[in-house]
Amino acid sequence: MKVIAAMSGGVDSAVAAARAVEAGHEVIGVHLALSSNPQKYRSGARGCCTIEDSHDARRAADVIGIPFYIWDMADEFHEGVVENFMSEYAAGRTPNPCLRCNEKIKFAAVLDRAKAMGFDGVVTGHYARTQESAAGRTLHRAIDPLKDQSYVLAVLTREQINGAIFPLGDTEKVDIRKEAEARGLAVAQKPDSHDICFVPSGDNAGWLRERLGSEVGPIVDQDGKKIGEHKGAYTYTIGQRKGLGLTVPASDGTPRFVLKIEPVSNTVVVGPREDLAVTTMRGEKPIFCGPEIGAAPLRGFVQVRAHGAALDCTYYLDDNQLVAELDQPLLGLATGQAMVIYDGDRVVGSATICETA
Amino acid sequence: MSVYLDHAATTPMSDVAIAAMNASLRKLGNPSSLHTDGRATRKDVEDAREVIAHSIDCVPSEVIFTGSGTEADNAAIKGLFWYSKKKVILVSSIEHHAVLDPAHWLVEHEGAELIEIPVTASGIVDLVFLAEVVAKRAGEIALISVMHSNNETGVIQPIAEIVKIAGDIPVHCDAVQSFTKVPLSFKKLGLFAMTISAHKVGGPLGIGALILRRAVELPPLLHGGGQERDIRSGTVNAPAIVAFAAAVAAHEYDAEKVLSLREKFESGVLALRSDAVINGASASRLPGISNITFPGTQSDSLLLLMDAEKVSCSTGAACSAGVHRPSHVLMAMGLSDVVAQSSLRFSFGATSTEADVDFALSVLPAVIERGLAAHSVGRR
Repeated sequence: MKVIAAMSGGVDSAVAAARAVEAGHEVIGVHLALSSNPQKYRSGARGCCTIEDSHDARRAADVIGIPFYIWDMADEFHEGVVENFMSEYAAGRTPNPCLRCNEKIKFAAVLDRAKAMGFDGVVTGHYARTQESAAGRTLHRAIDPLKDQSYVLAVLTREQINGAIFPLGDTEKVDIRKEAEARGLAVAQKPDSHDICFVPSGDNAGWLRERLGSEVGPIVDQDGKKIGEHKGAYTYTIGQRKGLGLTVPASDGTPRFVLKIEPVSNTVVVGPREDLAVTTMRGEKPIFCGPEIGAAPLRGFVQVRAHGAALDCTYYLDDNQLVAELDQPLLGLATGQAMVIYDGDRVVGSATICETA
Repeated sequence: MSVYLDHAATTPMSDVAIAAMNASLRKLGNPSSLHTDGRATRKDVEDAREVIAHSIDCVPSEVIFTGSGTEADNAAIKGLFWYSKKKVILVSSIEHHAVLDPAHWLVEHEGAELIEIPVTASGIVDLVFLAEVVAKRAGEIALISVMHSNNETGVIQPIAEIVKIAGDIPVHCDAVQSFTKVPLSFKKLGLFAMTISAHKVGGPLGIGALILRRAVELPPLLHGGGQERDIRSGTVNAPAIVAFAAAVAAHEYDAEKVLSLREKFESGVLALRSDAVINGASASRLPGISNITFPGTQSDSLLLLMDAEKVSCSTGAACSAGVHRPSHVLMAMGLSDVVAQSSLRFSFGATSTEADVDFALSVLPAVIERGLAAHSVGRR
């Protein structure tokens, strides 16, 4: 096949591209420039976080021996990912921007453009596997549980999965680094990226405060009694305990947690740990990575964080919302997070949590 | 078959230049040394200087060799600014970054005031605007810099008229694209300074020249041994200079032939895509440059697809990270950023052939179709 390899400049996407070449595909490397550069003259060296990464990606393409180009997706990234991140927080929800990036950029903007240009698909360095079955191609967890990225890929439609190649899902990360070394790729020991790429300081709350302002509001208990003040409700996360700055102790002396964020009244509600417990979650706009499900309850697992536990649950579709009923209660679940349903290691689908109980 | 249509970026070194460079690389002697070996190399350099001076119609002492055209532009812009002790810099809005960026640097660091001279829709500097600024502020203007022809569109600029309007104000002209392609006389144009570069004319990379009126002593950018008229220090790069002169003397660029190739290409493109627009078509242009807008496409997609068909062309402008940017030249001509980003530059050189044109035209329709499809999904 003729494929585009999305090359971030990291070790994973470099090895993925090399493996795709070895598998016999005709591969073209593309680095996505996602950071917009507001400078008028000589857009480049200063202020742009990706120049070194794009250089690393280019050198990896040189070593692999494939053509290499840079695609400017900064506008698409800003609209689809960064603005969504801000508006979700402003609405009191907790979004996952990596998921949105896969949904809107890597497997939408890039895949669509690649197909229109005559390519058959997109290769990425995500840790996930696909399998062919009677029901078509399905998405599965990687064999390395520490690196598994099927959670952030669960927003892909079947059509997108059909256009995706994940060459790394059958290998553990430590072996990918060894393989990169053996292939002579200079990025073999480059550190993994962890933080949100457009918040290079890692200080999400500070980044949001700068952009959304910081309007002081009340922290109240479950009876509505004001017990403190906060500096912008959106910088808090459900289940958060630290950083509340409460001076009035709870009547029983137990620690208090963020239970609820009310963006309209700019209020943060706190209470005891047990009140964080969630047994049912509902998600809107479900996406199915394989065969669709119906109203009949099914047994499986639900995962609500990128590297969170797979929780036993019963799941079904109700009024076009995905519902998961947990066997054991879960503490601290925010709306806006993605719920991803697994059948064993197969990704059934995902939805954005809109309601918990 | 692979086809190189990016001669404005760099063009193959001529065989005579390679031979001259090889021979010079084997010669011993720093041209600044006083012994026999040094004098022999010095002779080669001075012979070369005379060849270059003759070709551009200046006196040999007006040729100052530099490490690149960019260095010559920087030396001229910064040097003339400091030399004049005046504050206002006038440059056209379509200059190469080697002129625009030092001008902006002087604004940021040296208190200069920059006035950009706009261009018309056909890409020619607005002489009425220039005349008005000069009439009002002649006493404050340190220098005027306008390129002889634009590197993206090939549009030739009215330098003689600009010099006339400028009066006593020093005028610098970046002639990197025009040199050896169209008639060019430093003396007749009445310029103060001019920039040329070797690798655009069949010479090697890494050598250029600042042509500067004799007896004008500009403050140098590089201080040291003072080798080039005390304006440019650094061991004189004899092999590159010798090869530069050899390429110029051989003059393998046949302007008529190159023009006929470009005309064949452009009429072929318009026959295939009637909506294509040749930018600057109504102006007088260099023989070898063709800048074409393909509405509804994105030039980085087109470049990738042309490259996959083994045709090398250019999107005009990219930042240091390789991200494609809308061309400031096309935008100065009034194109929107979207239209500017749907344009490709094809440039022909001494080694271009009819077969190159035929091949490029043969792959173009499919490339444009795919480019249109890629752009429409990108914008939905």
